[in-house]
Amino acid sequence: MSPSVLLTVNGHTHELSLAPGTLLIDALRTDLALKGTRHGCGEGACGACTVLVNGIAVQSCDIAAAECAGAAIETIESDAAAPVAAAFLEFTAAQCGFCTAGIVMTILAWLRGRPVPDRAELIGKLDELHLCRCGAHARILRVADALVARPVR
Amino acid sequence: MSTLPADLAANPRLDLWVRVDDDGCITVRSGKVELGQGITTAMVAIAARQLCVSPQRVRIVSGDTALAPDEGQTAGSQSIEQGGAAMRTATALARGLFVAEAARELGVPATDIKTEEGWFFAVGRNDRCSYWDLSARVDLALDVTGLEPAVILAGAVTPPARIDLPGKLAGTMFIHDLDLPGMRHGRIVRPAMARARLVGFDRAAIEALPGVLAVLRDGDVVGIVAARDDTARQVAKRAAELLRWDAPPAPPPMSEFHDWMDDLPANSRVIFDETTCVPAAHRYEGVFARPYIAHAAIGPACAVARWTDGKLEVWTHSQGVFPLRAHLARALAMPQSDIIVTHRPGAGCYGHNGADDVALDAALLARAAGAPVMCQWSRADELSTAPAGAAMRVSVTAEMDADGRITCWDQEVFSPPHFARPSAAPGTALLSAWSMATPQAPAIAQQAGFPPGTGERNGLPLYVVGARRLRHHLLPQGPLRSSALRSLGAHCNVFAIESVMDELALRAGVDPVRFRLAHLDDPRARAVIEAAATMADWREDAPGGEGVGRGIGFARYKNSSAWCAVVAQIEVGERVRLTRAHIAVDCGEAIDVDGVINQIEGGAIQAASWTLIEEAGWDSNGPRARAWEDYPILRFGDTPDIAVRLLQPADAPPLGAGECVAGPMAGALGNALRHALGVRVRRMPLTPERIATAIEQEGS
Repeated sequence: MSPSVLLTVNGHTHELSLAPGTLLIDALRTDLALKGTRHGCGEGACGACTVLVNGIAVQSCDIAAAECAGAAIETIESDAAAPVAAAFLEFTAAQCGFCTAGIVMTILAWLRGRPVPDRAELIGKLDELHLCRCGAHARILRVADALVARPVR
Repeated sequence: MSTLPADLAANPRLDLWVRVDDDGCITVRSGKVELGQGITTAMVAIAARQLCVSPQRVRIVSGDTALAPDEGQTAGSQSIEQGGAAMRTATALARGLFVAEAARELGVPATDIKTEEGWFFAVGRNDRCSYWDLSARVDLALDVTGLEPAVILAGAVTPPARIDLPGKLAGTMFIHDLDLPGMRHGRIVRPAMARARLVGFDRAAIEALPGVLAVLRDGDVVGIVAARDDTARQVAKRAAELLRWDAPPAPPPMSEFHDWMDDLPANSRVIFDETTCVPAAHRYEGVFARPYIAHAAIGPACAVARWTDGKLEVWTHSQGVFPLRAHLARALAMPQSDIIVTHRPGAGCYGHNGADDVALDAALLARAAGAPVMCQWSRADELSTAPAGAAMRVSVTAEMDADGRITCWDQEVFSPPHFARPSAAPGTALLSAWSMATPQAPAIAQQAGFPPGTGERNGLPLYVVGARRLRHHLLPQGPLRSSALRSLGAHCNVFAIESVMDELALRAGVDPVRFRLAHLDDPRARAVIEAAATMADWREDAPGGEGVGRGIGFARYKNSSAWCAVVAQIEVGERVRLTRAHIAVDCGEAIDVDGVINQIEGGAIQAASWTLIEEAGWDSNGPRARAWEDYPILRFGDTPDIAVRLLQPADAPPLGAGECVAGPMAGALGNALRHALGVRVRRMPLTPERIATAIEQEGS
């Protein structure tokens, strides 16, 4: 019998029976059917799977679900991510869209650093965590600039 | 009637393209598939305009062997040129049939019918009827070749946002999000070295691994199936440790590959030969090269397969559902009519990556499991097993007279295959097929007429250069598996041409922009160069050096498609960084202006990444890159400022735009580096090591 883990995702708490070592991404995609989070490399190297854990951008392929028990987990499906995702659509700051969900979450975490989110800090964070192969980089930074002027929870 | 677009002529049944639904919508069907380039949005924009409805009323089905037209591959920047033209004509013809029926219904001549938001009005009267009122009486199940010519309306109606992106963010649109009833998850367990033979296989030991539901063995193809994706990943890793392979000897070292290209068997062709080159006042000779480049999709290759009573359904992110179906039929020795292949988006592919291969993998695993199976590749598979873009060596000899006029140009291209996709050619293009118990021969690398060509693509300068010669040596057996990568040979051929143009300009003592204009009589070519120079505030006397430089690059893609000029500004510190790019493009009419600009921006950044840092190599264990840390690509910290200007001449038909920037960007970067450091680096990527080597060679 797999031990049960309490995961709080987007404000809802779920009791999940997970095999030991189950990664957060698999709990999200497989057990909770929240498939907006992307499995890119499985090595914590591309950032496609980024979610927020207690407000911090975390690569969900690189952390066990059990380690996140009790924490506030936010994914691309959260209400808080919606205005950021909408801005990506407005600016078409994506091509294939595979890296987008993870980048939306990193930008959401950064925006909460207001009143003065620091652009250089965001670039540093994106540089450290995320890859985009289609070359949407410049558009993504333009979205971030536009979002600074807008309300985000 | 006037000539039909080729894709429509090949698929002339009108209801294959357009159907009026019962619910106030119209469904259009395209053989061109969404690769992240926004093609489905552009098709809806075209259809909405011709049908005179808002884009919200237009649904699209794309890439389905059971439902949609066969338009081959979604590749070569032809989706708008060919697929868009077919969609435009098909939807205009459909509107014409409805207009005729509306005229009968309202008792007025067809010329008095006005169409708006799906309604047909009789001019000057209040009567009206809609597509949906008339659909029972208008038969679209007919052959368009018998119809009066279509009345094409100008322009397109772009939807408010890309239609594929909301579902991608919601977790419902990507192939990775499919979840069929009873679906399992499988992995193929591959050797590190391609074509290794399986010499140690213990089925019982693999079956005993916890979580294994089924084991596939078909010749040298081994796979496992589990209930969950994470279990499948773990089991595949443990199964890999239980297999023993007999690997073929490693190829000679990568560093020497461009030198031993001469020794490989070659299919040599003279593409173009005007006359012999006559020596003039100045001769320039240079040998340029690029390494293999990985497609390196962000998402893993993925497919889902389901067998029902000996018939097969496959969901795939392949660029060509019909060619894939043909090759699945070859590999599985079954008729194509028993296979349905349906497209679902994957991560951007930029050419022929593992998307087709994994479809066969899923089919084999689903057959072994007796259940539907989703198969995904690992990151290592993605970087080492999928085809790479081909390495190239390009030699140029050019002569220039004392007045600074180029008098002849001789370009010779060596490259492994740039095109080994599923096609009509003999053999099977699917990786696992080569190692099954009944192995299939790999598909033969394809050459194409010139233009567009494959490895020799853009090997002929658009400039007025006197006598021209172009030769291509296709090397069927390269050390790495290779196939189509965005722009094929254009990336390196244009890099070579633009490098030579700058070297000749330098010798002639003429500014590089002015030198190019002096060798161009094509007004649209001149226009993009002038536009990019203006955007960049190009100054003839701009000082280079001090680690800062600027350079220009230009080409007309395939010598027959979009014109593009790039001015690149760079900084050279620990590495070369593109800081700013000014890009002017003429791709004729842009269906979706922002969509085109997005493609050009993305193509520019990707080409900068290829040109400055990327190299897929191998060592004695096989392909070297197995994780992202082995294969760096351009990151956010190196994001350049990019400005794109579209020149849209009046009445110019639309041309594809997704690939036109790769070559000009490479040329501009090489020329900017020359401007910054005074050294010509002829081998990509333009890394500090390559720069140091070039400086040494120029000094010796």
